[in-house]
Amino acid sequence: MIKKLVYWLLIALAALVVAFTPFPVTSSIPSTSHTFKIEASRFAYTPSELHVNPGDMVALQIVSTDVVHGLYVDGYDISAEANPGQTATLTFIADKPGSFRFRCNVTCGAMHPFMIGKLTVGTNSWLFRSIGLALVAVLSIPALVRCG
Amino acid sequence: MVKIELTRNPFIKNALKSRYPQLAVFIVMLVGYIFAILAGLVGTPVGSYNFSIVFVWIAWWAILILVAVSFFGRGWCAVCPIPLPGEWLQRGAILSPPDKKPKWLNLRWPKFLRNIWLQNISFLLLALFSSVLLTTPNITGIVLAAMLFAAIGLSTIFERRSFCRYLCPVGGFIGLYSQTAPIELRIKDKQVCVTCDGKPCYNGSQTGYGCPWDIFPGGLTKNTYCGLCMECIRTCPHDNIAINLRPFSADLAKPSTRIDEAFKAFIMLGSAMIYGAVLLGPWGMFKDAAYSVGTSAWFIYASIFLAIIFVILPGLFTLGILHSKSVLPLKQRFASLATALIPLGLMFWVAFSRRRKITFPIRSMLAKQVGYDQVYRRTASL
Repeated sequence: MIKKLVYWLLIALAALVVAFTPFPVTSSIPSTSHTFKIEASRFAYTPSELHVNPGDMVALQIVSTDVVHGLYVDGYDISAEANPGQTATLTFIADKPGSFRFRCNVTCGAMHPFMIGKLTVGTNSWLFRSIGLALVAVLSIPALVRCG
Repeated sequence: MVKIELTRNPFIKNALKSRYPQLAVFIVMLVGYIFAILAGLVGTPVGSYNFSIVFVWIAWWAILILVAVSFFGRGWCAVCPIPLPGEWLQRGAILSPPDKKPKWLNLRWPKFLRNIWLQNISFLLLALFSSVLLTTPNITGIVLAAMLFAAIGLSTIFERRSFCRYLCPVGGFIGLYSQTAPIELRIKDKQVCVTCDGKPCYNGSQTGYGCPWDIFPGGLTKNTYCGLCMECIRTCPHDNIAINLRPFSADLAKPSTRIDEAFKAFIMLGSAMIYGAVLLGPWGMFKDAAYSVGTSAWFIYASIFLAIIFVILPGLFTLGILHSKSVLPLKQRFASLATALIPLGLMFWVAFSRRRKITFPIRSMLAKQVGYDQVYRRTASL
């Protein structure tokens, strides 16, 4: 019984370590400016995946090629609206690390709710942490089975 | 296994035995359902402002996956309005005691169709066209109306709730995932059922109708096909039916050996993965292909969709279990081990449905339809 409890505690501890251990500091990377020209057309952004480093100054130049489109960045809660043929610019400092969706916030047609892009600031740590947690779960099964 | 019998509480028991609370919920649901059909057919064609899209595919779907299925199993089936008009027509009554004379044709459902393959097919049909269905109000209206009329039609031909049990595209996966829910309807004492005369829970009596889901509660060991309609609680003369609270996923300890149920698990897991990539991913090409029904891009999308569900996932799964130590034949092992995909699939759907901006379209719709935006702007500017 005590052995089983110890196993459970060790598994819980391993899971906590995987989930919350800070990633190595990447402050050695100097902040830079990035300008992305994003073409918005029904129902996609091109490019749809953006990668920057934490602390970078980001400028998104949104050009709509058909109808009015918006661009709203989840997590940062900032948005811009682009009229056809006109460029709208959204500038911000990418000070929150992680993976964020950006989405159209102006109804532009049937598939509007799914007009989505992805902004990755630094490393998407939760992807690696999730893989780590899954590994902890899988590796804990034989241990738990062995101790009955 | 620790279980808590909820029906020991007289308030809960009386509320479940009485037909009136359920009828009140039914009426609200039926009104909402008919309104959703009408909104889909005659409302604004802009999906994100239309009641049928916002309340059915966003609000209802989220509640169904995040709350109803996860915590109440087939709780949604207990209040679903789709079978009601057909059932009332079949019974010739809404609340009156059952009439022994069968109404309409009252046929038995064909034996070769007593499985969930039709539900698998009906779900896949909706899934393949989902990009259009989820975004086009009049298509949603037509599909909702078709489900209502199919349920009515089947009720006039076949006995009990044939639509719910064998055809409903939603009922199939609710049944599958209801096995993980922490709630169950079970008998208290098996011996009481064995010696019970006439089996009124299955055949009906003056106090209620025979099980609409064609289940004999005495043999219930899993949630899969019990629609929680509570009819057996009303008909059991021995007070032998209980609603229990139990640990999550309790039914999964008794894996199914049915291949139709195994493929349901693959269909649901595969669909969630594909939707995650197509609808929530950043790849516009996939969205275009999924939306352009009838084009070659859509046919490629549909082929990949079906290949993932029927070939790639089951193929990888089979490779994984090929060398497992078991005396069971491979087919039986495949079906029983596919049980492991049930919680995985449900959690995939939970993750898919738990969109952070879920309230956004509802706010937008209110903004357009009831002038909420004016109120919002005025208060925001204060």
